[in-house]
Amino acid sequence: MSVVDSPPSVRKTALNAVHRQMGAKMVAFNGWDMPVEYPKTGGLVAEHMAVRTGVGIFDVSHMGDIRLAGPRALDAVQHVSMNDASRLAIGQAQYSALLYPQGTFVDDVIVHCLGENDYLLVINAGTREKDFAWVRDNTRQFDCRVTDLSDEYTQIAIQGPRAHLLLAKLTDANLSAVKGYWFTHGTVCGLPNVLIGRTGYTGEDGFEIYIPSDGPTSARVWNEILDAGKEYGIVACGLGARNTLRLEAKMPLYGHEISDTINVWEAGLDRYCKLEKPDFMGREALLQAKLFGPSKVLAGLEMTGRGIARDGYKVLDMEGAEIGYVTSGSPAPFLKKNIALVYIPPAFAPLGTPVQVEVRGQGVAAQIVATPFYKKPKLLV
Amino acid sequence: MAYPNDRKYTKEHEWVMANGNSASIGITQYAQDSLGDIVFVDLPKVGSDLAVGKTFGSVESVKAVSDLFAPASGSVTEVNEELATAPEKVNQDAHASWMLKIALSNPSELDSLLSAADYEKFVAEEAGK
Repeated sequence: MSVVDSPPSVRKTALNAVHRQMGAKMVAFNGWDMPVEYPKTGGLVAEHMAVRTGVGIFDVSHMGDIRLAGPRALDAVQHVSMNDASRLAIGQAQYSALLYPQGTFVDDVIVHCLGENDYLLVINAGTREKDFAWVRDNTRQFDCRVTDLSDEYTQIAIQGPRAHLLLAKLTDANLSAVKGYWFTHGTVCGLPNVLIGRTGYTGEDGFEIYIPSDGPTSARVWNEILDAGKEYGIVACGLGARNTLRLEAKMPLYGHEISDTINVWEAGLDRYCKLEKPDFMGREALLQAKLFGPSKVLAGLEMTGRGIARDGYKVLDMEGAEIGYVTSGSPAPFLKKNIALVYIPPAFAPLGTPVQVEVRGQGVAAQIVATPFYKKPKLLV
Repeated sequence: MAYPNDRKYTKEHEWVMANGNSASIGITQYAQDSLGDIVFVDLPKVGSDLAVGKTFGSVESVKAVSDLFAPASGSVTEVNEELATAPEKVNQDAHASWMLKIALSNPSELDSLLSAADYEKFVAEEAGK
């Protein structure tokens, strides 16, 4: 609501002035001045619904990019990343994580195979510097260049069932040939060789494009996308909707579902962790931990009583004893329920288990439900 | 925007409209606009006591929880049950959406609250921050 400049210590993306000019409600997020919602076009709920039914765009330039290139780049990636990057074809990406030796999370990451021994890691905004230092310091033994490209790109996410129709109007790339978690390069809004990934953080089909980070180019492309998207009901979306969308899709957020005190088994990210890889950071600790089983597991919860579970609230058993906590909780605008992700002992994790969430000192009824809470319907057009 | 003169306002963005020794309480247009879509209103039961300046409930948007602060002391005589199932009414017309009615225990507390004109000025300063 404010049109006053933010203090200089907060970072801004190249699109910051555009968001402010659009009347976005701004918030400080991990050191970045970012739009949380755009009230003039309906705000959070309208943005969430646009992504689920049409298309929405997000400025996600605050995220980071690390490139590893050189004769032993694959070995370097394999050493720091828990998933198996050797399975990636050129043009393919995978969800993974960087782990501490204890098997807990430095960050989650999307690993893109740009070429032979050439990889791009896309990482979280709040962990940019930490991740870069981590990757650089833990790959010195491999002949490979590690470059921080975070400031080179404006990253725009175009998400929703109509995203492919919208982007097709603006690019010469053959988008139907790009499956989920694959990417290509093409001309976008007249800019050559733009990385176009069929990736996102919403649980919908969609794309993330990486364009040069200068202000005028970024603003031009943003506005051209908004223009081309009018026929699909496009709206600009902020971090508020970004959070409710990823929560419905049960996608983890660093500092909530994953952190430096939570390990891969607890977070339920087993399928992205390839223990058959002979060496990666965290492997030994994870093998050990696997022997004992996790003492807490991530589960989905739905409020059955009247109340909203929010980040940090306590989870109680039916007798009122504290058994866990909420990592992320919010009303779900599309599902029209109040949902949460929680860490609880495995004994409470079976679907349908009744629990309570402590809301302002009172236990409110809830139950454990299947996740993801939301799954996108099969694309028919 | 003009704030109605038939009531007083607080710096926590509540309004209180007195009718003899009874008063109805709600939140202002500015408050609902700042909150965004309201999804939940948490109010005390009939018979509970409100102490001026203390929290008595909360209003929630998708993104945030906002405490409600008692503009005056008294005991709750009526609660707007509509808001339990249709909290969006507060967004539609905040000044018409009373949340609860109280029997004032100390009506003179209202004297120190903001007039419509003072509240409007206060809001303009807040918005400029």
